[in-house]
Amino acid sequence: MSQTATMTGPAPDTHTKVESGPRGPRPKPFFTPQKIIIYSILVFFTLYFLFPLYVMLVTSFKTMPEIRFGNIFALPSQISFDAWVKAWTSACTGLTCEGLAPGFWNSVKITIPSTIVSIFIAAVNGYALVNWRFKGSEIFFSILIFGSFIPYQVMLYPLVMITRELGIFGTLQAVILIHTIFGMPILTLLFRNYFASLPQELFKAARVDGAGFWRIFFEIMLPMSLPIFVVALILQVTGIWNDFLFGVVFAGTQNLPMTVQLNNIVNSAQGTPEYNVNMAATVLTGLVPLIIYFVSGKLFVRGVAAGAVKG
Amino acid sequence: MKKFAVVAAMATAFLGSTSAYAVDLEVTHWWTSAGEAAAIAEFAELFEEQTGNNWVDSALAGSGTGANPVIISRIIGGDPMGATQMNTGRDAEELIQAGLMRDLTPIVEEMGGLDFYVDQSLLEPCMYEGGIYCLPINIHSWDWLWVSTAAYEEIGQPVPTNWDEYVASWPALQEAGILPFGLATGWPFSGVPGVLMSGLGGSDLVLAINRDKSAEAVRGPEFRKVAEALDNLRSVISPEMMVPSFGDVGNQILAGEVAGNIHGDWLAGDLQVAGGVAGEDYECLPALGLGDQLTGGGDSFYFPVLPEGTDPAVIQAQADLAKILISPEGQLNFNLVKGSMPIRTDIDLSAANPCMQKAIGMLENGLLPSGDFALSSDTQQQLQDLNTEFLDDDSITVDDYVERYASIIESAD
Amino acid sequence: MADTAVDTGRGAGNTGRRGFLRKTFLHNVPAKIAALPMMATVLVVFIGCTIWTVYYSFTNSRLLPSGDFIGFEQYERLFGTSRWNVSVWNLVTYGAMSLVFTLGFGFLLAVLMDQKIRFESAFRTIMLYPFALSFIVTGLVWQWIMNPTLGLQGTMRNLGWESFTFDWIANPRMVLFALLIAGLWQGVGFCMVLMLAGLRGVDEEIWKAARVDGIPTWRTYISVVIPMMRGVLVTAVVLIGSGIVRLYDLVVALTNGGPGISSEVPAKYVYNYMFGAGNIGQGLAAATMMLLTVLIIMVPWAYLEFGGKGRRS
Repeated sequence: MSQTATMTGPAPDTHTKVESGPRGPRPKPFFTPQKIIIYSILVFFTLYFLFPLYVMLVTSFKTMPEIRFGNIFALPSQISFDAWVKAWTSACTGLTCEGLAPGFWNSVKITIPSTIVSIFIAAVNGYALVNWRFKGSEIFFSILIFGSFIPYQVMLYPLVMITRELGIFGTLQAVILIHTIFGMPILTLLFRNYFASLPQELFKAARVDGAGFWRIFFEIMLPMSLPIFVVALILQVTGIWNDFLFGVVFAGTQNLPMTVQLNNIVNSAQGTPEYNVNMAATVLTGLVPLIIYFVSGKLFVRGVAAGAVKG
Repeated sequence: MKKFAVVAAMATAFLGSTSAYAVDLEVTHWWTSAGEAAAIAEFAELFEEQTGNNWVDSALAGSGTGANPVIISRIIGGDPMGATQMNTGRDAEELIQAGLMRDLTPIVEEMGGLDFYVDQSLLEPCMYEGGIYCLPINIHSWDWLWVSTAAYEEIGQPVPTNWDEYVASWPALQEAGILPFGLATGWPFSGVPGVLMSGLGGSDLVLAINRDKSAEAVRGPEFRKVAEALDNLRSVISPEMMVPSFGDVGNQILAGEVAGNIHGDWLAGDLQVAGGVAGEDYECLPALGLGDQLTGGGDSFYFPVLPEGTDPAVIQAQADLAKILISPEGQLNFNLVKGSMPIRTDIDLSAANPCMQKAIGMLENGLLPSGDFALSSDTQQQLQDLNTEFLDDDSITVDDYVERYASIIESAD
Repeated sequence: MADTAVDTGRGAGNTGRRGFLRKTFLHNVPAKIAALPMMATVLVVFIGCTIWTVYYSFTNSRLLPSGDFIGFEQYERLFGTSRWNVSVWNLVTYGAMSLVFTLGFGFLLAVLMDQKIRFESAFRTIMLYPFALSFIVTGLVWQWIMNPTLGLQGTMRNLGWESFTFDWIANPRMVLFALLIAGLWQGVGFCMVLMLAGLRGVDEEIWKAARVDGIPTWRTYISVVIPMMRGVLVTAVVLIGSGIVRLYDLVVALTNGGPGISSEVPAKYVYNYMFGAGNIGQGLAAATMMLLTVLIIMVPWAYLEFGGKGRRS
C-alpha cells in the first residue's frame, strides 16, 4: 500500500517519470523471436479486451432481423440508429417506456452533488489530518481506511434505518449521503497524502500571520490542490456513475440511476429481447465513464492507482 | 423529504389547481406484463373518473420477488406510497403489526361490511386485532395447466384433458420437435410444485402441508407422487429453452411451439391480449384436470399510514380508491381483463372467458390455502431456492428433495 | 501506509507558540468541527453499523429488526442451507480462480509492457478501459456474447464450426468460468497498472547487477524482482480479495444466480433474505459471515504491513 500511496503525491510520480525509460532486459533488434512472442501475447489480450466493445457497437447498429441471422462479428449491413433512439427514449422498464433518458438524468442528479460533497468533506479531512492533527485523529483515520474493506452488505440495513430516521430514505439525499460515506476513506487518504507532500512553509507562514483553519484551507491549500482534485473527480464520477447497489437500495423508485434502469431494461424485459436496443443502452450507460477515461488519460491511471485502497 | 404524493399535491395546490382540487395518489404494483397492465389501467380509469384525482402509476419490475423489497423498504423507510398491491398473505403481516398500514375498518363499515366476499377466508391475512388492513381484490390460482391446441393438431392427437394424458403425450411431442413444457426463467417455476401438490396430492395434502405445516405429510406417499412428477417434469425442461418472461410462454403456446405450461390464471390475461381464444387456441385445465378445488391466494391492496401533515385530500383519496377496488364495477372491469376471479360473485360474469367460468364453478367447493397465502415469505423463499436448485441439478434425487422440503416445512412458522 | 505524510505535518500549526496542552486542545476546535463528518462516519457507520449488524444476527428478527436473542440459530440455519453453501463454495472457487488469474495475467502483461515495447500507451489504454465500466455494463455485454443461440456459439456454428460449444452461461458446471471471463476482462488491466508501477519501482541497478552476474531474465523476475514487489503484490491481493467478497453486481447482470442456483454468491443471499424474504436475522447472519471472511483476509495483511514494520524499526 505504501507504494500506491506515494504515487498520489504530485512530486514523486514514479509512474509518468520513468515512462520514458522502461527497465527490463537490454534492448534487442526488433524482429527477434522474443519480440514476436511478446507482441503476440499482447495482441491476443488486446483482442480479448476490445472484442466486447466491438460487439456492443456493431450489435447496437444492427436491425433485429440481421441479429437473428446470427453473426456477432459481422459489421451491420446498414447502419441503423433506431436501437439507439429506442434505448434512449422508449425502451421499457416495467410499465414506463421512457428509455434510459430518465435514468441518465437521475444518475446526473446523483453524481454531481455526491461528487462535490464527498470531495469537499474528504479535502477538509485530509487537511485537518495533516495540518491540524489532534489527539485521536490518526486513530480515526486508521479505522476509516480499515472500514473501507468492510463489505457494504454488513452496513446496508443499519444505513437503511439511519436514513429512515433522518427522513431521507428513498430520496436523492440518501444516495448522496451514502456515496459521501463510502467515498470518504479513499478520498481522505488521497488528500491527506497530497497535503502532506506540499511544502509546510506556506502553511506555517500563514499561521504566523494569524490565518485560521478555514482561511488557510480556502486561500492557500485549495488553490494548490487542483491536480488532486482532478484525480478525485475522476475517481468519484466514475465510481458513483457505476454504482448499482446503493442506487437500488437508497435512491427510491423515482430516482433509480442509469445502471439500475439498464439492468431492468435488459433483464426484466417482456417479449422478444431486442439485443440491439440492449446493447445500445449498455453503451449509453458506459459512455460517461468511458469519455472520462479517454479524456483524462494518465490522470485516470493515477486515480485508479490511488483508488487502489478503495477496492 | 420526498413524500411524492404530498409534494405533488401541494404543487398542484400552488398552481391554483384546475379541477376541484385534484390530488395525486401514488399506487405501486408489479403488474407489468401486457395483460396485467391492461387490467390495472381499468382501476386507474375508474379512480380518475369517479374521484377526479390523479392515479400516479408506479409499476415495479421483477414481480413479487423484485418489487416486494422495494415496496416494503419504502414503507419501512418512511416514504410510503398512497396505495400498493401485494400478494394476499403473510408478506405484510409485520408491517400491519408495526402499525404502518391504515386500518380500513371505518371505510368497511361505511360500505356495510364485507359479507359479499365469496370466501371469507381470504380476509384472514388482512385481519389483525379486530381491524382490517387490506382488501383482497381478486382470487388468483396457480392451479392451471395450459395446453396448446396447435401443438396437438401438429402431432395429430386429441388435446389432453388432464395431467396424466398430458404426460403421456410428451414422447410424441418431442419427436415432433415441440417442447412439451414451456418455462420462463426465474420465479415461474416456483409455483409448479404447489400445483402438482393440489392436483396430484389432493386437498388433504395441501391442507396438511400449507396450513398445518406437517413434515409427516411431506414424507408421506402422497407428496412423493408430487416429487416424482416434478422429477419427471424437469427431464423435459432445459435451461437453453427457457424464455425471459411467462408472457412469452403464452405466445409460444399460441404458436404451438410449446405444448403446455403450468402457470397461474394471470396468464389468461396475456393470452387474451395476444389474441388467443380459450377453447380454440388453447385449453385451460383447472387443478390439472384432476381435482375439484383450487388453491387460492391473490392480490390485495394495502393503504400505508401516510406521514403527519399529509393533505387530508390524499387520505380521502385512499378511502375512495379502497371502495372502488371492491365495488361491483371495479371488480368486473378489472378481473375480466386480468383473468382472475373476482372476490364477489354478485356481479354479472357472463362476459368472463370459459376458463374463468370453470374457476368460478370450482369456487363453490371452497378455496385451499396456497403457499403464498399460508407460508411466510421467508419459508416461500426457502422453498423457491429448493425448487430452483432441484430443477437445475439432476444430482438432487427425489429423496433429497422430499427430505429438504420436509425440513423447511418443519421449521416454518 | 504512507508514513511520510504523517511526519511532515506534525506540529506545523497545532500548537502555535504557546505550547500548553489545554491551549492546543482549544486551538484545534475548528479542525475538530471540520472533522466531524469523518468522526461520525467512523463511529456511526463503520463501527456502529457493524456492531449493530453482528448483534442483530443473533436475533430472530424478520421483517423488522425487533426479534429476540436466539444465539447461533441463524448461523445454524445458514450453514444448513444449500443455497448459502453453494454461494460460499462458488465464492471460494471463483475467488481462487479470479485471484490467481488476475494476478497472473496482470503480472505477465506488466512484464511484457515493461520490455520497451512500442505503443505502450495504446496497449495500456485498451487494457484498462474496461475498468472504467460498471459491473452491470460488463455483465450485460458478456451475457450477450455468451448468448448460446445468437452469441459467439451461434456465430461459430453458423460459420460452419458445428461442434463449437460456448454455453457456459447456461451450463451449471461452467457458469463460474463465464463469470470469471467477464470479471477478468474488467479487472486485469487494473492489476497490470499496479504491477507495472511496482516493476518500475525496482531499481535499475538491480537489473544491471543481475545482468553482470549472468542471471537469466526470468530468474531475475522470480527470485529478485517479485520479492522486491512484495508491497504491491500484497496490496493487489487485498484489493482483489475484498472486491471478490463483495461480488454482486456482476452476478446480477450476467446470470442473476442461474442456471438454478449455480452462480449464487453470498452478497446476493444477504440482499435476498434482508429485503426480499423479510428475514433480517438470516440476512444479517450471512452479512456477518462476509465480514468474517474479510477479516480473515485483512488481519494477516495488517499484521504483515504494520506488525512487520514495527519489528523493523
